[in-house]
Amino acid sequence: MSHAKLTEEFLKNEPKTDWHNETLWWVRSKRDVSSKGIPEWEELRSLASQIKDNVLSNIGNYLQEFEKNALANGVHVHWAEDGKEHNRIVQSIIEKHNAQRIVKSKSILTEECHLNQHLESNGFDVVDTDLGERIVQFAKQPPSHIVLPAIHMKREEVSELFHEHIQTEKGNSDPQYLTEAARNHLREKFLKADIAITGVNFGIAETGGFVVCTNEGNADMGVHLAPVHIACMGIEKLIPKFEHLGVFTRLLARSATGQAITNYTSHFHQPRPDQEMHIILVDNGRTKQLAREKFRNSLKCIRCGACMNTCPIYRRSGGYSYDATVPGPIGSILSPGFDLKKHKSLPFASTLCGSCSDVCPVKINIHEQLYEWRQVIAENGLDDMPKRFSMNIARKVLSSPKVYFTLGKIARKSLSILPKSLINNPLNAWGKQRDLPNPPKESFKEWYKKNRS
Amino acid sequence: MTKVALFIPCYVDQFYPQVGIATLELLEKLGCEVEYPMNQTCCGQPTANSGYAHQNKEIDDLFIKNFSGYDYIVCPSGSCSLHVKDHLHSDSNEKEAQQIRSKTYELVEFLHDVLKVDTLKTTFPYKVGLHASCHGLRGLKLGSSTERNIPPFNKTAELLSKVENIQLVDLDQPTECCGFGGTFAVLEEALSVKMGKDRIKDHVKHEAQVIAGNDMSCLMHMEGIINRDGLPIKVKHVAEILNGTTL
Repeated sequence: MSHAKLTEEFLKNEPKTDWHNETLWWVRSKRDVSSKGIPEWEELRSLASQIKDNVLSNIGNYLQEFEKNALANGVHVHWAEDGKEHNRIVQSIIEKHNAQRIVKSKSILTEECHLNQHLESNGFDVVDTDLGERIVQFAKQPPSHIVLPAIHMKREEVSELFHEHIQTEKGNSDPQYLTEAARNHLREKFLKADIAITGVNFGIAETGGFVVCTNEGNADMGVHLAPVHIACMGIEKLIPKFEHLGVFTRLLARSATGQAITNYTSHFHQPRPDQEMHIILVDNGRTKQLAREKFRNSLKCIRCGACMNTCPIYRRSGGYSYDATVPGPIGSILSPGFDLKKHKSLPFASTLCGSCSDVCPVKINIHEQLYEWRQVIAENGLDDMPKRFSMNIARKVLSSPKVYFTLGKIARKSLSILPKSLINNPLNAWGKQRDLPNPPKESFKEWYKKNRS
Repeated sequence: MTKVALFIPCYVDQFYPQVGIATLELLEKLGCEVEYPMNQTCCGQPTANSGYAHQNKEIDDLFIKNFSGYDYIVCPSGSCSLHVKDHLHSDSNEKEAQQIRSKTYELVEFLHDVLKVDTLKTTFPYKVGLHASCHGLRGLKLGSSTERNIPPFNKTAELLSKVENIQLVDLDQPTECCGFGGTFAVLEEALSVKMGKDRIKDHVKHEAQVIAGNDMSCLMHMEGIINRDGLPIKVKHVAEILNGTTL
């Protein structure tokens, strides 16, 4: 279904739309305060963007360097060309250890690969340990936001879910009570876990180490207790040197939630003596995107979600209106690279206002790429017929001063004599909730001809 | 004398001639020799933003033919100016296209940066909320967007504050989009209207009597909602206020 149709559904509940809009704007406002506390903010953004330019231009070398150093640290390194291969690798590690119970901290990459579905259909028990992720897992929904997975749900809805799944009191939606219940529930899962899966925020080529950022400490809790750690990492998550890390950690949490830093910034280098550590390096369409000159910058994304919080469309349409793993502006330039046909409405789910590009901590030109995807969609014949038809007419009219002049005159005349009920017919989307301007007697051109030439 | 070509967006030509007239009169008052190329139609943004830039050759060529040879091209729209500056091109005459791109100015940008207007002998005794249209704000950098950590500025507000008795009101979200977005306004009708309503609400809440802006397209969208819902506020293009209009 198109973004417009899904949005129309979302908008039917206006109080909830307003609540969603205001909640995310509140996060964006916290981000403003926090980012403006750093005088060199704009400089940091440029620096981060340039470091990522370097990474994208030399990604092969950095990947090899990363692999070499990780191997030397005693880490098992795997390469996955796509989501399926990634899931097979995870499964093979699980099976090698005869494991059954898996805890997983937040990883958009594993969402992208549909790892949970894969493991569950093969009979394994996967528990998402990030609170928001656990909530949407109970609801059998995907995350609606990459940093705030359950932001579309009000606490009363969470209370219902918890009552059903972890037997909390019916109707008790006190946040502290619910969080405490989730902690106790998850604690048991952590203690019994055979394998801990995490995502990766930054992989450091120079050291072979990697960094995972969470607010709940759930990645650490999982990894410290389980005998096996599997870290799933998109190949674009690399940075060249350890000294570059600070540039990104300063930007990440401030952009995401307005915090100076995530509560946990955990560095992993090598397994404990009694532990096995795996890293899976996943391509899944990234090298294809890298080869698309106009879109390669999208791979700089550090998944902070700031573009979602700032986006006037996302705030009022919700994550599910995008029907993609990564919603919002960044998702709308990433998703068409995966499946152009399925996601062809996303580049149009924007007014090209540019707020996403200005908020982006790594300066991805998101709104310009939205424009470029629109070109790709029309050039590949994936545009809708009514649009192609009307744009063809528009082009012919606008290419000829005479036709433009005559048609403009007829249109203004018709608008001034036709009754409003006829003008605001169901086919006129403009007129559904808006009046058309009152047509003037003469156009500017006619006025100019009379008065100036 | 500065020779200026007046570039009037198609929808302003057809629906808001008073904005074209105000722009012309204002530039003349400020000592420019203004000419309106009679064969102009549109900059081609509607088709390009819909994905058909590859079919815009005739529109681009016509634009280049109309606007060659002037010192400046001035347009009372941030969005149309930005489209020309970012996307006008020609396979056969790229040098001229480049010239036009670099000589095209949005009206406020031209008054502020080129003419460096210092005083205006006009009055507008109303409470005004400024709608900073996105393409002018973030594309042409007519002001600082709230996302960026740079010293705040707004060239439009600066010019408006030279008008006597005007009272600019503060808004909760001064750089939020109104939801017009060209074809977005009809393709995502429900969302577009919701965004427009939210934007108007901000102005009404701060007791603005008038929403002023650099882009009549955003104002047309908001005016459409205002008129349909009978809201107690009006819209005016910045050119009209600077040229001395009344309500």
